[in-house]
Amino acid sequence: MGSAKQGDWVQVYRVVLAAGERAPQVPEDTQKVPLEMWVKGFLTEAAGETGKEVSIKTVTGRTVRGRLAGVLPAYTHNFGEPQPELLEICQELRTLLKGGSEVG
Amino acid sequence: MADMGYQAVMDRKLDIVKKAVGIDYEQFSRGALGFDYEGMMRQAAYSIEEMAKIQRETGVGNTPLLEMRNLTALARKLAPKGKGARIFVKDEAANPSGSFKARRAAISIYHAQRNGYRGVIAATSGNYGAAVASQAAMRGLNCIIVQEVFDSRGVGQPEILEKGRACEAYGAEVVQLTVGPELFYYFLVLLEETGYFNASLYTPFGIAGVETLGWELAGQVRELAGRDPDAVVVTHAGGGNVTGTARGLAKAGCKSTKVIGASVDLKGLHMASDHDFNRKSFTTGHTGFGLPFATWPDRADVPRNAARPLRYLDRYVTVTQGEVFYMTEALAALEGLERGPAGNTSLTAAFALAREMDEDQILVVQETEYTGAGKHPNSQLTFARSNGIEITRGDPAENIPGRRIVIPNHPGQIKIQDVDLTRARRSYLKNAAALLPDARITQADLEFLAEDCGGSLDWVKQELAAMGIITGGTGRGQN
Repeated sequence: MGSAKQGDWVQVYRVVLAAGERAPQVPEDTQKVPLEMWVKGFLTEAAGETGKEVSIKTVTGRTVRGRLAGVLPAYTHNFGEPQPELLEICQELRTLLKGGSEVG
Repeated sequence: MADMGYQAVMDRKLDIVKKAVGIDYEQFSRGALGFDYEGMMRQAAYSIEEMAKIQRETGVGNTPLLEMRNLTALARKLAPKGKGARIFVKDEAANPSGSFKARRAAISIYHAQRNGYRGVIAATSGNYGAAVASQAAMRGLNCIIVQEVFDSRGVGQPEILEKGRACEAYGAEVVQLTVGPELFYYFLVLLEETGYFNASLYTPFGIAGVETLGWELAGQVRELAGRDPDAVVVTHAGGGNVTGTARGLAKAGCKSTKVIGASVDLKGLHMASDHDFNRKSFTTGHTGFGLPFATWPDRADVPRNAARPLRYLDRYVTVTQGEVFYMTEALAALEGLERGPAGNTSLTAAFALAREMDEDQILVVQETEYTGAGKHPNSQLTFARSNGIEITRGDPAENIPGRRIVIPNHPGQIKIQDVDLTRARRSYLKNAAALLPDARITQADLEFLAEDCGGSLDWVKQELAAMGIITGGTGRGQN
């Protein structure tokens, strides 16, 4: 977040369809919220501030306008936390496989 | 300048798609409902030999077929005496982008390049995005992937975030959207703006590309076991995996091999609901796609979907999310293969199916997918917990999609639920009947429907009669 200068790798945000303009077949909860979009690219203007309207050039060469939503946007997904419900499966299965016949 | 409003763009849909796919679908229309499916596949797609060559050029296909000796031994321990088929897995994660989707993308991108398109666009939140991006990178085309990623809180499904990262790694532009079927509207906007090729999952190229999978595995089973596979389990979502694999098996001459579809049961969760979106741990291979696409395939981003699963499914079964996570652990623990959970849907069904089959029979799981951050049981279960889903060990029968994930206590608890295919065929016929201009149907349309839903002509006639549709219409619209 913060400010960006020309050529920085940034992310812009735009509302594609406002709440109330959604497709008729969309369920009620989705009707109440806008269809939003995020696209990344290189800032084409001299400078930009978070939340302000800017233009970017994407990797396919398209120009996209939107509110500056992030500078050097990070990937935040990860491997999660170890899950107690999964931790013992490995040993259980190996024991079961080595053991005698069993009907489950 | 053209009107870019929602309705205006949707009204131009047929024109936009025609330019972006380069197929005149009208030429295949027959009657009021029917179309010449085999004619379309013959004329628009490529022969299996050509496709194998195209895929070889970009390192796609020829993936190993691995025998699951330990999982087979475990299944036999849990099965009645003499039961427990040999389980084989086609390790599709070995494809360049880590899934069987590379086969579909390889043919689409080759076709796009050959026809002079500068770039390709695909609307997909799945592995297909990375497959298109990877193939486009190899053939020097620009690539845009449009994904449905976030709910209205801006929270992204980890699996889809990972797929977006992979697309960017392959040099694609990723357009990330919140929940909603209007993704298709924005997809059309982008096709019009760029003039790129629509690398739809559902063109003849997108489907025929999977034929090599069925064809290859038939050859591999014959070489390893000296016989045809008795059954092939296919994870089913949009229908392309089932359709392409079954067509490939048929082309290889496997006459008695059963094709069994498998999906994760997500009953009760609405696919376009902002609330439900992040309450599922599987973003594909589930009933939310599997049933609608089976009972009416022509809901895709092309006028005629080349994936027609009811033509090919001998059986369709479901498993639960918790069972698939369990089998994902089992595959790593007993076979030394760490693969993504969604691709293990068919493996989970196979573990139950093998126990019904005889020891000398052969059961093939026809895919695996890569795993990584976001696409891993730990990341999915951490995410599920943060969305208020209860996670427990116990009997998978206690599973409630969107509320409770049950990790089995014991492998013997892994079971399949059969989806009633007669009911699915009936739903298909209801959807078809609703499109008839009047309460009559021509013989040609009747024959199309019978073939397309995998029912006999007499049964279809009888079902339609019960819906008030009379056979022997005026022939309106018939060629």
